Amino acid sequence: MFRRLVLETKRQYEVVFIVDPTVDDEVARLTDNFKQVVVDQGGSVTKAETMGKRQLAYEILHKKEGTFVLMEIEGSGREIAELERRMRVNDRVLRYLTVRVDEDRRRAEKLKGRRQAKASKRSAAGSQPRRGAVEFADANGE
Amino acid sequence: MSANYEDRPRGGGGGYDSDDDQDRRSMGGRGGRRIHRRRVCRFCIDKVDLIDFKDVRLLLNYLPERGKILPRRISGNCATHQRMLAEAIKRARNIALLPYTTD
Repeated sequence: MFRRLVLETKRQYEVVFIVDPTVDDEVARLTDNFKQVVVDQGGSVTKAETMGKRQLAYEILHKKEGTFVLMEIEGSGREIAELERRMRVNDRVLRYLTVRVDEDRRRAEKLKGRRQAKASKRSAAGSQPRRGAVEFADANGE
Repeated sequence: MSANYEDRPRGGGGGYDSDDDQDRRSMGGRGGRRIHRRRVCRFCIDKVDLIDFKDVRLLLNYLPERGKILPRRISGNCATHQRMLAEAIKRARNIALLPYTTD
């Protein structure tokens, strides 16, 4: 049952891939192509943007720079497998990296919420130094 | 091979520390001065929950010339954030945003 639950929730991925800059005009086409792959597999692309051409920190296939493209994908994970396969086969893609982000984001969200709750509680307590004391006083007053 | 981060001149390459001088105290002693940095986690102060591997500018602060990850004992990061940072740096290395080695 737990397994079912896990599979039903959508996962979010961040995919960054580097395109050979010598085929610069093809980047958009390639990105659209990959988007189509994801959609065909039942996923959805929430964001796709080019991070621009930039220097590589080290040479990949004797290339010193590349065009970075960032995609954010939501889906079950099956489309990632297909997308990665396509990118592996495509020799214009120098490198790719997929990161699953939903868990980390949820965690960050939780921490943020907790912090806010704490802050609002503190401000609500106002001049009273002890929170517990205030609540007790209220209860007695009724 | 020992990389002595503490003897590095300040401001060269990785400015992982801020400019305020109260962060460090020179301890007089044998064999040159030792710089003690205030042991506070930058990320905790800024309340960072996520460290993005695409944020090269940030990660570069924790990558001295040699390209190694700056250890916690120097940067003063807390364990949680150091872990996140290390993960982010490794991801950035994979996608050639950061170098594995320099030379």
